[in-house]
Amino acid sequence: MLNKEYRGLAEINGPLIVVEGIEGVGFDELVEVITPNNQRRKGRVLQISEDKAIVQVFEGTSGLSINQTRVKFLNHPMELSLSRDILGRVFNGVGEPIDGGDEIFSSRKYNINGNPINPYARKYPRNYIQTGISAIDGLMTLIRGQKLPIFSGNGLPHNRLAAQIARQARLGNGDEEFAVVFVAMGIKHDDADFFIRSFEESGVLQNVVIYLNLADDPAVERIIAPRVGLTAAEYLAFELGMHILVIMTDMTNYSEALRELSSRRGEVPSRKGYPGYLYSDLASLYERAGMIKGRPGSITQLPILTMPNDDITHPVPDLTGYITEGQIVLERELDQRGIYPPINILPSLSRLMKDGIGEGYTRADHPNISSQLYASYSYVQDVKALASVIGEDELSELDQTYLEFGRQFEEKFLGQGNDENRDIEQTLDLAWEVISTIPATELDRVSEEEIERYYRK
Amino acid sequence: MAKEGRIIYINGPVVRADQMEGFLMQELVYVGEAKLIGEIIELAGDTATIQVYEETTGMTPGEPVYSTGSPLSVELGPGIIGNIFDGIQRPLAEIKERTGAFIERGVAVTPLDREKEWDIEIKVKAGDRVEPGQVVAELAETSVIRHRVMVPPGLSGEVKLVVPDGRYSVEQEIVHLVDDSGQEKVIKLYQEWPVREPRPYRERLSITKPLLTGQRVFDTFFPLAKGGTAAIPGGFGAGKTMTQHQLAKWSDADIIVYVGCGERGNEMTDVLEEFPELEDPRTGKSMMERTVLIANTSNMPVAAREASIYTGITIAEYYRDMGYSVALMADSTSRWAEALREISGRLEEMPAEEGFPAYLPTRLAEFYERAGYIKTLGQEREGSISLIGAVSPPGGDFSEPVTQNTKRFVRCFWALDKSLASARHFPAVSWLESYSEYLGELADWLQENINEEWLEHRNWAMRILKEEDRLQEIVKLVGEDVLPDNQRLILEVARLIKVGFLQQNAFSEVDRYATPEKQYWMLKIIHFLYEQALPLIRENIPISRIKDNELFSEIIKMKEKIANDELEKFKDLMTRIEEHFNAVRANYQD
Ligand SMILES: Nc1ncnc2c1ncn2[C@@H]1O[C@H](COP(=O)(O)OP(=O)(O)OP(=O)(O)O)[C@@H](O)[C@H]1O
Ligand SMILES: [Mg+2]
Repeated sequence: MLNKEYRGLAEINGPLIVVEGIEGVGFDELVEVITPNNQRRKGRVLQISEDKAIVQVFEGTSGLSINQTRVKFLNHPMELSLSRDILGRVFNGVGEPIDGGDEIFSSRKYNINGNPINPYARKYPRNYIQTGISAIDGLMTLIRGQKLPIFSGNGLPHNRLAAQIARQARLGNGDEEFAVVFVAMGIKHDDADFFIRSFEESGVLQNVVIYLNLADDPAVERIIAPRVGLTAAEYLAFELGMHILVIMTDMTNYSEALRELSSRRGEVPSRKGYPGYLYSDLASLYERAGMIKGRPGSITQLPILTMPNDDITHPVPDLTGYITEGQIVLERELDQRGIYPPINILPSLSRLMKDGIGEGYTRADHPNISSQLYASYSYVQDVKALASVIGEDELSELDQTYLEFGRQFEEKFLGQGNDENRDIEQTLDLAWEVISTIPATELDRVSEEEIERYYRK
Repeated sequence: MAKEGRIIYINGPVVRADQMEGFLMQELVYVGEAKLIGEIIELAGDTATIQVYEETTGMTPGEPVYSTGSPLSVELGPGIIGNIFDGIQRPLAEIKERTGAFIERGVAVTPLDREKEWDIEIKVKAGDRVEPGQVVAELAETSVIRHRVMVPPGLSGEVKLVVPDGRYSVEQEIVHLVDDSGQEKVIKLYQEWPVREPRPYRERLSITKPLLTGQRVFDTFFPLAKGGTAAIPGGFGAGKTMTQHQLAKWSDADIIVYVGCGERGNEMTDVLEEFPELEDPRTGKSMMERTVLIANTSNMPVAAREASIYTGITIAEYYRDMGYSVALMADSTSRWAEALREISGRLEEMPAEEGFPAYLPTRLAEFYERAGYIKTLGQEREGSISLIGAVSPPGGDFSEPVTQNTKRFVRCFWALDKSLASARHFPAVSWLESYSEYLGELADWLQENINEEWLEHRNWAMRILKEEDRLQEIVKLVGEDVLPDNQRLILEVARLIKVGFLQQNAFSEVDRYATPEKQYWMLKIIHFLYEQALPLIRENIPISRIKDNELFSEIIKMKEKIANDELEKFKDLMTRIEEHFNAVRANYQD
């Protein structure tokens, strides 16, 4: 069918345009918008009635006019060409090359919305990824095929941490291929440069695909960028059989773009002005992580989000936590005390670690010692609260040993260098070393045999 | 002539069509050339609003809408147990056969396998008079479930013809009868039932029996009844899904219906991989032999998520009608409420609280009212449905509309506490915020069948925990050392109750499931220790002497060290406690 061109718009409202007098246009269809000075932009149909379509323009509507704009409906949803050649390339948020290189060609085109993985076809993720970071490997173990976000705040070293994970993560067994898909949504140029430099320095740039939507790029493009990135990840993982780590940052910027679009459409907002479908929308991204029975690859997601006001109950971290398989929570107070990575372990969690650690995976004592660290460190918080009322000196002898444990835990176990790569043995031994500051009779999560073998050894 | 309408408007899962005269409210329709499944949710003049259960990408105004003449229904017959369906009862394994690892649109598959044959035993003969609910045939659906083929509600009459016992597929007409108006009717191995309509029963019976879950905090502290309702509210990561999985594994229900409603794909995979391997302690057979899964995960179409709850409960009612006790877990009802909100928003309805439609409480009430302990139609079997809904409050704040409205309609409230979860106290059920209104109704049964001291120990433990909570307020300000020894004893004993009894390790083979007898003994031991220690405190023997680390640690570990079938070891433990305190007294007097 010939794609008919329509001239003139009925309305322009933020990133939305209304086109009237149309015919044969489908829901969610890709649209080409031609500006008065012949720039081409992409968009998609958000709502359609008999002769009127509401279209979201990805690159924004600035420079469009009511009379001179032309619109073409392309009869298919937004699609992406994909081939192995995307590795090592840089694209914008809608998947066009911005590194001066060639266009990507492929006979098959991929719908960026993807299709849901059939739960019956999933393979339950069980293989752990050693990140070399004690807090993560020991207490919130990352599993291949997991979605584990970093909850951070402005000014906290989430980028450093994500880059360190990308650098140190051993995803495959050497003979398996591994690559990173990096999706930037509304982040600063400096932050993007930081990541690219870090990939470059560690020599993995040839195995990274980059999709960039920066702070000064159109906000509405942010809604497309992660879908483009995840479509590429699915291609690399499930067609080429690679192990893919997807870093998506910053999900808060993404959600804000969605909120803006929703309010332009006059939708009924739920919490803090975010649309009621934010949960489903985020899920349509996060659930694209995983593994599939009978296929070799995997998609592991490491989304990053900054919590407005460090508030974990804000809708973006809250709904994210409800969808992802745990979270790594960074804390300002630890950061201010110079502890890197400043991970607050108590609200942090990896839900998939239960099936990927212990005997046959990491080390037999792993589940118990990690549970013990959590329990004891949680009690340290009570002791600290009491100490702040009655003073450290007034604490019982036992409580003082807990304080000492807390200090050692934060400094020796949590704290590590930017380039320090600890293996799982080192991490678990360190765990026993710091727990040994408290009397063995206090340890109710570990077995007698484990105490015998590791305590104060 | 098949009726046909015409699409005029598309907004995600909400589609409007005109030329719809003659279509019915809540009728199931096929939408567009792709024949996507939809349901009519509003009729005005000749315009209908339809919620579509699949993605509407590419759909164009002008495309047709086809009538089916019947409401959204499920197929009820053999082949349900052990299976996994999506929110509108399409078998996911079958969908995978057709479209591979990713779910594509417009897949037309029948819920029940048409090919598979079942060995059936006919229970009626020509000339018999049959009533609704009466069993006309039986077959082994799985190694533990006898499937009873029943006369559908609303049908009665005289049997004219039956097939002989033998192997038949679900489409087989097994009984012909002439109904009371003289019309000939047939009964197949399956029947259809509209999901939004509760199936009828003879009468509701009062609640007397507990649904034993093997989880100490529930069975002992906040018991749920067979036929009862419970909500599990909790913020993300508090342990709702783990708890629901534990209940699905260890509850003493005959049938488990597990509805994954708008949650994670991997959680369903987890069940699919784990349940077939687990042995049901009651039957010795695999857990999957009594379980059916409904999976409409968060990334699957939102309208089908709304329907999944109804699909689940209708299946539950069908097995209840056979005389089974059924437990349905819905994880999470909040996602279902959000699906309602999303559809309502697209209909531009006037929202009530936080964007939710004003009919949210009604829908919740209707859902939970489908639980109950009943006497069935037909041969008056007793069946029950227990409903356990997870609730996911935004920000973990229980004052939000879904938690608050759910609380109005359930009788067990199992509140999960974020701070317990972050201290890795699991299950993170708050003993101060949770309650069970069934306690009174179940006490008789528990005292008769478990032990007559059951309630006494339970109430004692609750008092200790309440007292401990009060004392902790003081401890926070001045520390523990300044408390008198009788109060410090309460703190120590409360710790035994919390760590030794309430905490239960879902991953431990011994601890994950505790029989009511073991639960009774464990609490009795702790109570006994308290009773033994108290006189010593009165004799001014210091707590430091009384608290023997080794003994206390042994009590904390009894849940791991003493298996369900080793109850006699508890008597040894009692002796040890007695000896310890005698020794303490003797030493102190020296
Ligand atoms: N009974 C338990 N025993 C041991 N660990 C548990 C238990 N319950 C919960 N956990 C731990 O807490 C984690 C989160 O539990 P779960 O997935 O059930 O939370 P949830 O309340 O369902 O969260 P969400 O609302 O995000 O789905 C688990 O992965 C596990 O690590
Ligand atoms: Mg859950």
